[in-house]
Amino acid sequence: MSNIPTNLKYTKSHEWVRLETDGSVAVGITQHAQDLLGDMVFVENPVVGRQLAAGEECAVVESVKAASDVYAPVAGEVLAANADVEASPESINQDAYAAWMFTLKPANADDLDGLMDAATYAAHVESEAH
Amino acid sequence: MADLKQTPLIYKHREANAKLVDFSGWEMPIHYGSQIEEHHIVRRDAGMFDVSHMLPVDLKGEGARDFLKKLVANNVDKLQTTGKALYSCMLHEGGGVVDDLIIYFLNESWFRIVVNAGCADKDIAWMEVQLAKHAPKLTLTPRRDLAMIAVQGPNAATKLWQAMPGMQELAGPMKPFFAVVVGDMFVARTGYTGEDGFEIMLPAKAAPFFWQALLDAGVKPCGLGARDTLRLEAGMNLYGQDMTEATTPLESGLAWTVDLKSERDFIGRSSLLHLPRSRQLVGLKLIERGVLRNHQSVFTAEGEGEITSGSFSPTLNGSIALARVPVGVNIGDTVEVEVRDKLMRALVVKYPFVRNGQPLV
Repeated sequence: MSNIPTNLKYTKSHEWVRLETDGSVAVGITQHAQDLLGDMVFVENPVVGRQLAAGEECAVVESVKAASDVYAPVAGEVLAANADVEASPESINQDAYAAWMFTLKPANADDLDGLMDAATYAAHVESEAH
Repeated sequence: MADLKQTPLIYKHREANAKLVDFSGWEMPIHYGSQIEEHHIVRRDAGMFDVSHMLPVDLKGEGARDFLKKLVANNVDKLQTTGKALYSCMLHEGGGVVDDLIIYFLNESWFRIVVNAGCADKDIAWMEVQLAKHAPKLTLTPRRDLAMIAVQGPNAATKLWQAMPGMQELAGPMKPFFAVVVGDMFVARTGYTGEDGFEIMLPAKAAPFFWQALLDAGVKPCGLGARDTLRLEAGMNLYGQDMTEATTPLESGLAWTVDLKSERDFIGRSSLLHLPRSRQLVGLKLIERGVLRNHQSVFTAEGEGEITSGSFSPTLNGSIALARVPVGVNIGDTVEVEVRDKLMRALVVKYPFVRNGQPLV
C-alpha cells in the first residue's frame, strides 16, 4: 500500500495538496502517482502569476516511460514554482510529499473542502487498481 | 495477468520485487526499482536481463545455408567460421521487414536463429511456408525449452567467469559476435546495449540456478525498461517501432545489413532494387528541455517525418530519438519536433549516441 499522509488533501488525478499557515497551498504528485510513472526525468511548472481554474492542466511531469499532466486542484494564482524539482525531477521519486511542485493562492479557501482526505484517496487508489 | 506467458525466471523476478508488465504477451520485469539505475549499472558495471521471451529456432539439415541465402537479406556467406553470428532482416516480397534476427553458424547442417518474442509465431509460420517451397527436407525446431539471459556491461565478462567456473577457458577467447557451446549452454558474445556482454541460452530448468549464480557474482537484475533506453543510446532498431512490415531496411538505417551487391536472389530483393527511397532513419538530440516520444511529428526543410523511438537518455542526461525523415535531411541540421503542444528544436545527429559507456553526440 502506498504512503498517504493524513495531513494532506488529495485529488482524483493524484495530486497532493498541503495547506500552509499563510493560507496558500503547496501541490505535488502522490507517492502512488510517481510509482505508476517510474523514474522522473522532466518537470515543467506553471509560471508564477498565472491564474488557474480548478482542474486546469497546469504542469507536466515526465518519466522515462511517459508524460503526465498535472492539474490545478483548486482555482487560484500561482505564487511559486519549485526550481529544485525542475532541476532534480528524481526528487519526486525519492520523496513525493517533500517534492512540492508549485504553490497556489486559492481563489476561495472553501474550495479545499471539496478535495479528498487520506482515507477517501486510499479508497480511490484501491478502486483504480481493479 | 492470468493469460500471460511466463519465463522460467518468473519466481526470481517476484523474489526481487520486479514490476511486472505485459510485454508482447509475456509477463516480464520492466524494472526492479529504478530503470535509470539499472541503465547506469549496465553502462558502468554489469547487469542482466531475462530475455527468455525471445525464441531460438534451430534450422538443421543439408543445404541449410542455401535456404538462408533465400530467406534473409544479409549475406549468410559472411558466416564462414564456426560460432560466427550475423544480424539480418527477414523480408517479405514487398521488401518490408517480417522480423530482424541473429543467425549463428554452428556447422553446415546447423544454424541457430534468434527471433523477437512478438514476432515468433509469425516468423515460424513464414519460415515454414518458405521451407515447404524451397527446402522441404530441412527441419525447423523452435526451442521453447531454452531460457535466455543477457549479461551486459564492462564487467560482464569478469563476473560471468566468477559465476560459472570453467566458462572463461571456453568463452574467454571469443570475439564479439561469436558464440560457443559450453556443455548444455550456448554462449554468445552479443547483446542489445552497446556494451560488451553475453547472451546465454540454457535449459529452462537450469535458468534459476544460473540467475542466482550471477546474482551472487554481483550482476544486478535489470528490466526491459533499461534495455530499451540502452539499445536506443546504442542506436539499435526495435522491431515494431523503428522498422515494421511497412518499412524497408533501407529506410531504417539498415542498408549495411542488406546485400544488394551479389546476384543472390533473396526474398524482397527485387522490391528493394525498384522501390524509390524517399525516407531515412536519423538520430535526433533535443536541444531544449523535454522528452522526445514515439510518434511525435518532426518538421524539416524537406518535409515532415516522425519519431520512431524517443526517450530520455540517462547517459547523456537529455532526450534522444530515432526518427524517420525525408531523404535530404542531413547530419547537423536543426529540425522541429512537436512535443505535446509545443515545437521544440532538435539536432540531427549520427547514431549510435553512446558506445561502450562513452557519449558520442
